[in-house]
Amino acid sequence: MKAFNRILALTVKELLTILKDKRSRFVLIVPPLLQLFVFGYAASFDLNDIAVAVYNEDRSAPSRELIAHITGSPHFNLRATIDSDQAIAPLIDNRDVLLVVHIGPHFSQRLKDGRQAPVQLILDGRNSNTALLALGYLRSIVTDFNQSWTRQQGLPELPAVLQMRAWFNQSLLSRWFIVPGIVALLTLVVTITVTGLSVAREREAGTFDQLLVTPMRPVEILIGKSLPGIIIGMIEGSFILLMAVFWFEVPLRGSLPALYLGMFLFLLSAVGIGLMISSLAVTQQQGILGAFLFLVPSVILSGFATPIANMPALVQQLTYLNPLRYFLRILRGVFLEGNDYRLLVDQYWPMAVIGVVTLALAAWLFRHRMV
Amino acid sequence: MTPAAARRMRLVGMLRKESLQIIRDPSSIAIAFVMPVVLLLLFGYGVSLDARDIPLAIVVEQPDANTASLSGAFQRSPYFRPAPYRTIQAAQRALDEHAVSAIVWIRNDFSRRLVGAGSADIGVIVDGVDANQARITEGYLQGVWQTWLVDYLRGQGVSELAAVSLEPRIWFNAAVRSRDFLVPGLIAVIMTLIGAMLTSMVVAREWERGTMEALMVTPIRIGEMAFGKLLPYFILGMGGMLLSVIMALYVFDVPLRGSFWVLLLTSALFMMVALGMGLLISVVARSQFVAGQLSIVATFLPAFILSGFIFEIGSMPQAIQVITHVIPARYFVDILHSVFLAGNIWPIILANSAALLVMAVIFLGIARRKTHKRLDA
Repeated sequence: MKAFNRILALTVKELLTILKDKRSRFVLIVPPLLQLFVFGYAASFDLNDIAVAVYNEDRSAPSRELIAHITGSPHFNLRATIDSDQAIAPLIDNRDVLLVVHIGPHFSQRLKDGRQAPVQLILDGRNSNTALLALGYLRSIVTDFNQSWTRQQGLPELPAVLQMRAWFNQSLLSRWFIVPGIVALLTLVVTITVTGLSVAREREAGTFDQLLVTPMRPVEILIGKSLPGIIIGMIEGSFILLMAVFWFEVPLRGSLPALYLGMFLFLLSAVGIGLMISSLAVTQQQGILGAFLFLVPSVILSGFATPIANMPALVQQLTYLNPLRYFLRILRGVFLEGNDYRLLVDQYWPMAVIGVVTLALAAWLFRHRMV
Repeated sequence: MTPAAARRMRLVGMLRKESLQIIRDPSSIAIAFVMPVVLLLLFGYGVSLDARDIPLAIVVEQPDANTASLSGAFQRSPYFRPAPYRTIQAAQRALDEHAVSAIVWIRNDFSRRLVGAGSADIGVIVDGVDANQARITEGYLQGVWQTWLVDYLRGQGVSELAAVSLEPRIWFNAAVRSRDFLVPGLIAVIMTLIGAMLTSMVVAREWERGTMEALMVTPIRIGEMAFGKLLPYFILGMGGMLLSVIMALYVFDVPLRGSFWVLLLTSALFMMVALGMGLLISVVARSQFVAGQLSIVATFLPAFILSGFIFEIGSMPQAIQVITHVIPARYFVDILHSVFLAGNIWPIILANSAALLVMAVIFLGIARRKTHKRLDA
């Protein structure tokens, strides 16, 4: 009972330290909200209104129809019509357009002769992903055009066609992929910064030594220092979760308790890492730097924006140490794939292990890193 | 002592103090030189949008020569690592368990419908959770299908199809390496970190420790103090930038098609903006915790997400596109992409540099106005 009271007192004191200061209260509430909105809308790989220029040397009905297919798509937006080769380079160089569609003079003649009619595309490759995606959109437009052309002309149909479907995210909205990830990202950032400074602040002020000579045992200090991070993380995470479902309308198909179990274990590991960084740091500056040095790689090597499968094998091994990796998989599994506990066991236990190990190390460091 | 000599003495003293502070605190050196290396290695090797060896389930319900040639086409593609599955149910289970990312389903009537009238369907199911990768996978699948179709028709004596074919040419990055696009943009992120985060925390620390008060009672003027504080960090930031450029060119083989001097000058300009932001944050925050948080939220994350470094600005909603105009990294990323990959494209370089210049003046100006040699503000 005494131990419980001591832990409670420390927890309350920690929460007060964070919440009583107007500026640090502001930092916990406003920036995450802002980020959620900005990133929810901005972090998307979907392309809209790609600026296109058309260079049509053919000027016949089929070529106009092809152009209508392209400009009629919501992905493309006709920005310029040009009539010479020289006009291509400045448009692309100055980023006025992302791509130029060049239809040669013999386009419709070749098509009528039953031959292949090449269309030249010049794409700005400075953003390689955008170039690839734009090319993909154009490919499907051209496939549609070819099919309607063969039908119109009564030509034999293609012997085989692809019928493509996407599971879990039928219209392939990248927001459905990114927004659940933001839940994890922002919870992690808030938790790590709160706990990353908690010991370092006291070290700098000299009050940590006082804490160590109180009757509190290291494990009680550990719990008292962990709880505020977990509480704040849970509140912040739940709020973003609500926004993801009700504002961004990402479908939540799986089990909510399974998601919360994941969030708790994730917060446990995040708090452990934060406290470890904090007990290693002598000053607050080092604490923030340490938090940052952990946050950046862990976001990059988590599969938040780019897939883990594309990384080199060695780097892929490294991602197993990253709690964010597992929580992202849980979030996306529960949101989009409708997973429950059974399919997520392999994501739960690594986070639990990371949490226990880092918390134990942090407790050990409390006493053994005296400066 | 003449006023000029006094000014020089104050300035030299300030510069000496700040430089010593940097040299004696290993964490500043770490952020300027270790961080760029770590970040570049992480991004250069860890972030790739180029999919290779996508695990693919191929379900062939009734194997024969035609299905063999089609699955052979997937086998030969460098983009896929196909695995045979007996039934569609088994393949769907594999998709659920993330063992494969896509399924190609060749039904038992494939060959019959291939030679008969109409078209034979090839069923494709893609894991859509990662929408971007799903789209890229669909593109690769279409490519394999088209190549196979042309081969198949040639075998049937049809040499050409009356159809439009695309001949894409991707300028500036013919091999479509995402690294060539990510690494230059990363320089903007790194310089934002050094300029804004390091500077804001250092100044906030002086407020917190009370050494700012000690500085205030010295005869030093505000302008001299700001200059003395910023110059060492400017040099540190430019050092980090040069290190990043060297790594981009020699470790990651990113081409530098524009001039080095343009790169250096525009970087110096951007560094001024970043320092201005850092100074402003520290003046507003006054505590390291708040300064650290603010600099992550106000400078690092926007430089990451709203600058065009990864996500295309043109595709963002209109309101967000407006916001990106106040993100300095946006202008610098545009310059970096062009100078590295395309060359000295003057309209882009000049327009963006002008924007950076305006931002530098604004940020440094506000920071100057907000810093008073008073304690209460």
